[in-house]
Amino acid sequence: MNKIGNYLDFHGQALQLRSRRNEVLASNIANAATPHFKARDLDFEREMQRNIKHGPLRTTNDVHFPTNTHPLREQMLFRDPINPSLDGNTVEMAVEQMEFSENVVRYQTTLQFLNNRISGLMSAIKGE
Amino acid sequence: MPDVKNIFDIAGRSMASQMIRLNTVASNLANAGAVTGDKDNAFRALKPVFETQFADQLKRTGVSTVDVVDVKPVLREPERVYMPQHPESDEDGYVFRAAVDENEEMVEMLEASRQYQNNVEVVSTLRSLMMRTITMGK
Repeated sequence: MNKIGNYLDFHGQALQLRSRRNEVLASNIANAATPHFKARDLDFEREMQRNIKHGPLRTTNDVHFPTNTHPLREQMLFRDPINPSLDGNTVEMAVEQMEFSENVVRYQTTLQFLNNRISGLMSAIKGE
Repeated sequence: MPDVKNIFDIAGRSMASQMIRLNTVASNLANAGAVTGDKDNAFRALKPVFETQFADQLKRTGVSTVDVVDVKPVLREPERVYMPQHPESDEDGYVFRAAVDENEEMVEMLEASRQYQNNVEVVSTLRSLMMRTITMGK
C-alpha cells in the first residue's frame, strides 16, 4: 500500500502546491483595487524541493509512529512590481493573470500525470 | 467577519465589494447635476473603503479577500452656481451643485466592472479544475 502511495506522492504534492498557489493568485486578483495591498506569491520550485527534503519521517521500527506532516509551511514572498501604483498596491493585472493561467495549465498537466499513473496501476491490477 | 476558507470566499467577497463600488457609482451618477439651495445638504459623491481580509494572520498563508468596511462621502465642496431664477436659490441667488465628477465616476465604473469580470473568470476556471480533480482516476 505504501508503495502505491509513494508512487503517487510526488505528483500529489505538486498538485497540492499548485492548488495553493492558485488560491494565492486568486487573492491577489481579488485585492486588485485595495490600497496598500502587497501581492503575494510562492516559489513553486523551491517549495517542491523543500517538500522532497522534508518528506514523511523515516521509521526504522514497526512501533514507530509514521508521520506525514510537513514541518514547515510554504514561504510566502512578496511580488516585485514592474510599475508600482500610487496607492501602494502592487497587484499588476497583466502579471497576475499570466501567472494564474500558467499555473492553471500546470495544474492540469500534473492532474494528467496523476491520471496516467492511476490508469497504469489500474491496468496492472486488472491484468488486462 | 466569517473566515476565508476557499476560492468561493476569496472571489465571492471581492465580487460583492466590486458590486458595492458599482452601486455607489450608480447613485453618484444619478445625483450628478442635482442642485440645492443649502450647501450642507448638497450631495457629495460616495466612495467605498476597501480593506484586505486575511484568511489567517498568524500563519501568513497569503490567502486573502477584500471587504467594504465603510462608504464615505468625498471631501470636496459642492460647486456654487449663480442661478437667481432657480426656485431653490439662496438670498444671494446661488445654488449648490452636487460634488460629483462624472468623468471620474465613468472611469471607476469601467474599472470596477473589469475587476468583477476578472473574479468571475478566476472562479469559473478554478471550478472547472475542481470538477476535473474530483473525477481523478476515472
